[in-house]
Amino acid sequence: MFDIVFYLVAAVTVAAALAVVLLRNVFRAALSLIVLFVAVAALYITLHADFLAVVQILVYVGAISILIIVALMLTHEMQQGSPAGKLRIPAIIVGVLLLGTLVFAVLNTNWQISAVAPLEKTTEAIGIKLFGEGGFLLPVEIAAIMLLSAVLGAIVMIREK
Amino acid sequence: MTVGLEHYLILSAILFSIGLYGVLSKRNAVVILMCIEIMLNAVNIALVAFSRYIVPTALTGQIFALFVMVVAAAEVAVGIAIIMAIYRSRDSVEVDKYDLMKW
Repeated sequence: MFDIVFYLVAAVTVAAALAVVLLRNVFRAALSLIVLFVAVAALYITLHADFLAVVQILVYVGAISILIIVALMLTHEMQQGSPAGKLRIPAIIVGVLLLGTLVFAVLNTNWQISAVAPLEKTTEAIGIKLFGEGGFLLPVEIAAIMLLSAVLGAIVMIREK
Repeated sequence: MTVGLEHYLILSAILFSIGLYGVLSKRNAVVILMCIEIMLNAVNIALVAFSRYIVPTALTGQIFALFVMVVAAAEVAVGIAIIMAIYRSRDSVEVDKYDLMKW
């Protein structure tokens, strides 16, 4: 049962990713990207990462896809589409080479799989890790400052002169 | 063969390669940004799979994935702002036309 779900979601993910790079209509590519984000959220659920799945839906499906669609609408390049450039063949070669290397490395590594059962609910544990003693409190603060500066930088750059 | 760590890592590798192909071959700057998002998602899948199968109770991989999402959100906001600013001055999102600083 679990295997069937994994293969189904994996097939949807790969098909959506291929649609993003192969479709000529950029708006349809953006919609396929949303399908990809939802499928990745489903993959997180199969990996017992419930909190991350919800964050994926909120941040990627809710915010990032809207930003991308607004950017596409503001740049009027819908009809023209996104044909591949001069580097199409070298890009295919680089992609296939990288895929081969990665698959070879994954299959020839002796992974130390742990037999311990994963946590049922991860939200509380992630909260303790992020804000508790000896956790990731400093990176959380730095991430907040980085987000603030990113928003300010985006506003400054996009403002009408 | 039951689904294990290798399956997730190979899926992540496939997604990363598709994203890399898109980044290298596409000419529309917004589509390049979309392909970068595919690559970041692939990395997140690998991190969460490592977290699930190697250290199931430590959750460090999931926290790394969370920080990758924060950086991705900031990157998209700034990237789209840069593209819109260039689009205003050069009236195009084709990266071939962005050649002002080319020797």
